[in-house]
Amino acid sequence: MSRIAVTFTLNGARRRVRVAPMKRLLDVLREDCALTGTKEGCGEGECGACTVLIDGRAANSCLIPAVHADGATLVTVEGLARRGGALSALQQAFVTMGGAQCGICTPGILVSAQELLLRSRGRVPGDAEVREALAGNLCRCTGYQKIVDAVRAAAREAMPARARAARRAPKARATAKARRTAKRARRAR
Amino acid sequence: MPSSRTLKPAPVSVGVSIPKLEAGEKVTGRARYVDDIAVPGVLHGRTVRSTVARGRIIRVELDPAFDWRGVVIADHKDIPGENVVALIADDQPLLAADEIRHAEEPILLVAHEDAERAEAARMAVRVEVEPLPAALTVEDALARTALVHGDDNVFKEITIERGDVERGLAESDLVVEGEYRTGWQEQLYIENNGMIAERDGDGLLVRGSLQCPYYVHKALMRIFALAPDRVRVIQTVTGGGFGGKEEYPSMIGGHAALLAWKSGRPVKIVYDRLEDIAATTKRHPSVTRMRVGVMKNGRLVAVDADILMDGGAYVTLSPVVLSRGAIHAAGAYRWRDARIHARAVATHTPPNGAFRGFGAPQTLFATECHLDRIAERLGMDPLALRLANAVRIGDVTPTGQVLKESVGAVDVLTRTAAMADWTRTRERLTRENAAAAAHETRRHRRRAAAPRPGSAPAPSARRLRRGIGLSLALHGAGFTGSGEVRLASRAAISLGADGRPVILTANTEIGQGTITAFSQLVGEALGVPPSFVIVHDPDTRAVPDSGPTVASRTVMVVGGLLEQCARAMRERLELFAETPIAGADEFRRVAKRFLRERGPLKIERQYEKPPGITWDDDTYRGDAYSVFSYAGCAVEVEVDLDTGETTVLNVATAHDIGRAIHPVLAAGQVEGGTVQALGWALLEDVRWKDGRVWNHQLTNYIIPTSADTPPIHVEFVDDPYTYGPRGAKGVGELPMDTPAPAVVAAIAHATGVRADEIPVTPERLLAALAAREKS
Ligand code: FES
Ligand code: FES
Repeated sequence: MSRIAVTFTLNGARRRVRVAPMKRLLDVLREDCALTGTKEGCGEGECGACTVLIDGRAANSCLIPAVHADGATLVTVEGLARRGGALSALQQAFVTMGGAQCGICTPGILVSAQELLLRSRGRVPGDAEVREALAGNLCRCTGYQKIVDAVRAAAREAMPARARAARRAPKARATAKARRTAKRARRAR
Repeated sequence: MPSSRTLKPAPVSVGVSIPKLEAGEKVTGRARYVDDIAVPGVLHGRTVRSTVARGRIIRVELDPAFDWRGVVIADHKDIPGENVVALIADDQPLLAADEIRHAEEPILLVAHEDAERAEAARMAVRVEVEPLPAALTVEDALARTALVHGDDNVFKEITIERGDVERGLAESDLVVEGEYRTGWQEQLYIENNGMIAERDGDGLLVRGSLQCPYYVHKALMRIFALAPDRVRVIQTVTGGGFGGKEEYPSMIGGHAALLAWKSGRPVKIVYDRLEDIAATTKRHPSVTRMRVGVMKNGRLVAVDADILMDGGAYVTLSPVVLSRGAIHAAGAYRWRDARIHARAVATHTPPNGAFRGFGAPQTLFATECHLDRIAERLGMDPLALRLANAVRIGDVTPTGQVLKESVGAVDVLTRTAAMADWTRTRERLTRENAAAAAHETRRHRRRAAAPRPGSAPAPSARRLRRGIGLSLALHGAGFTGSGEVRLASRAAISLGADGRPVILTANTEIGQGTITAFSQLVGEALGVPPSFVIVHDPDTRAVPDSGPTVASRTVMVVGGLLEQCARAMRERLELFAETPIAGADEFRRVAKRFLRERGPLKIERQYEKPPGITWDDDTYRGDAYSVFSYAGCAVEVEVDLDTGETTVLNVATAHDIGRAIHPVLAAGQVEGGTVQALGWALLEDVRWKDGRVWNHQLTNYIIPTSADTPPIHVEFVDDPYTYGPRGAKGVGELPMDTPAPAVVAAIAHATGVRADEIPVTPERLLAALAAREKS
């Protein structure tokens, strides 16, 4: 069978693979690139276990022929950790807050959540907003609560400290000092 | 025993939510699930299945036009041992020989190096079958339109009796009757079933996604006529189970192993979603008829329950599912008289099997819906009715079990009601519904008086109602009756060469956090941090048979054994060192010296039933479980009267699980179970056509997404159980019991219509609303 050369940036590194024309991106990632973190739960775009970032947008890799990813920048769950391999704030929040149970949905959910965090940089998305953003990723174990909590905690973590203080200040019984910090932070914005 | 605790405080971890130990690999993508494992030279196996529900195999034909080179084919004649998947009864074949009892029954296996070729080969097998009339429903089966099993199509019949039900009903002020139905439910773990098998010397090695390594082990021994030590089963990281990977992996493991045995090559069988939904087990559907006698003041007197469950075509686990269902049918209430009659019926449909709750959610659904119906008839608040009758210490269940301790029924109800602000919320919603109805009537009159032709109803014209409902359940932890005694589970702890303790059990981590909870229990008893404890993979060559990972038994039963092992190990080491041990460094030092001077150390403990527990299988009398856990649940819903759609707005639930070893993981169990139950109550509807599931896709079998799921508020009521490790009871299944009846009660509060059958799909609710309008 004829094969087509496809080139993309995968988790920061250039990759070139030769693939059958209709081979799914999911299979190319799992088989040709040996990155098995991306999972298959349905193969028809319903479960989101195969979610990857394509040029910053979350997509179901089971629906996309690999040739469509030619020239694209791809991020899979293996590319979410910090340089050096330390867990990102998002991954860490999933570990400490119980966001991963059996873990089979986790790679896809982390990738979708990552997209949300990129989109809402500097702001903590609300409960409903997180639920909406993750509605394409099925999880049968957690009931979603701890996932939503973990995503929001990671967003909070990612915010600059001063902005965090500013957000908290109106709610907390603000001490004079906290109020000053908050004011400074608001001005800084 | 030297007491270290007075010298140095032991590290406390039990009861504290430490970071989940198994999560690190899962958030990085490093965890290897069965389909992620690369096996050199592997063949991909496929299963040829029956398309008819019942029939006789005339002939199997391989399409002569197909290129069969490189294809391995296996059928029942290739089985070296017995053609049986061993479980409770030996009625289910690994591969159908001539008789077909259900659609999707496996007939023949093919394998090829190339997965696509394997699939093509499967399609190129033609099975000629003479179809026979089938009994596809419980009604057909009981009417014996066709025989599936024995001469009456009944797999198992159970009667539990206490007191005199007829007298009780006669003496009651009021007798309330009702009939309740629950549907099939697919476990829908996100990782489909999969196994890898290979020859291992003169034996077999089978790895895969499974809950119970020793079930697969037992089945393989029979299929291949191999001695126990020649079969090795290892669990790989497993992407969810919920009971769905309790018994079926024995089937897939047998198939993969047969192909591997025949070809001498490793074989992998991984189902896709369609095959997994169509062919593997589901929750038993049920029909329960209730007759309850009650006094005017709300005191429950007598319950008469008649339960039917559809077991499907083979026995599998139906007798024990039925047993748990029957025992839970009286709910968490005190009765003077009770009679529970239950039957598991055989039909020509794929066998139903284990699913979280194991029969109890079905019967508790009936009981709880019935309690609401009774409250309505009495004009009583559903909470008050439950509080008045909920079991307390000293009460006796229908099997004659005296509830001796850790009985949290009243506590969980009270906590749940407080969390939901029950009384005020209910009154407020009643008022709001009345106001909405009045408003609609006025608008309707205005419109009727001055119709504006062609004007579409404004969005505000949606007719919405809200309601709140509540339920209570109990759930027995561990195997039913003498099950735990018969299992006689063994668990062990040994010392690794590096001086760290190694936990040896066959219990699997399938998402619940088994590894974390075990490490906490053992770490605490040994005086070391949980992260210092190693948990060995469930590998039948290395670990003792600690029983299956089912029945909410892992922490309570096996965790209990491990705690005993750990205590004994600590005592041994402290006696040896002649000093108390605290902390990892000290432990390691002493352990290494022990290994040098005394040799290996392994401490094993076997299950012994707590004192005072008795059970008689023949009469169904005695202590059905060593202890029960309890849960209360309040659900608030919004119903659209025109579309029939129900949205869950809020869930508050309080659980008595003794003591939570890890509150975050325990809450995760509750939240996950709750959402599965909401799916069962509202969305998940298995549709059949000629004995086959037709909606076997995620596009048409719908489970809750994050967007359909409300916030879930969970609280634990602390009521430690003497014989559970650190006071723990079971948690895994309990949250499956309460939400469905609470949803139905909430819909009734919102609309005045009682749905006696779940799932309450929009079509069903609209039909019920229309029927009420007519009457
Ligand atoms: S595998 Fe791609 S959406 Fe399910
Ligand atoms: S953690 Fe198991 S499916 Fe989400």
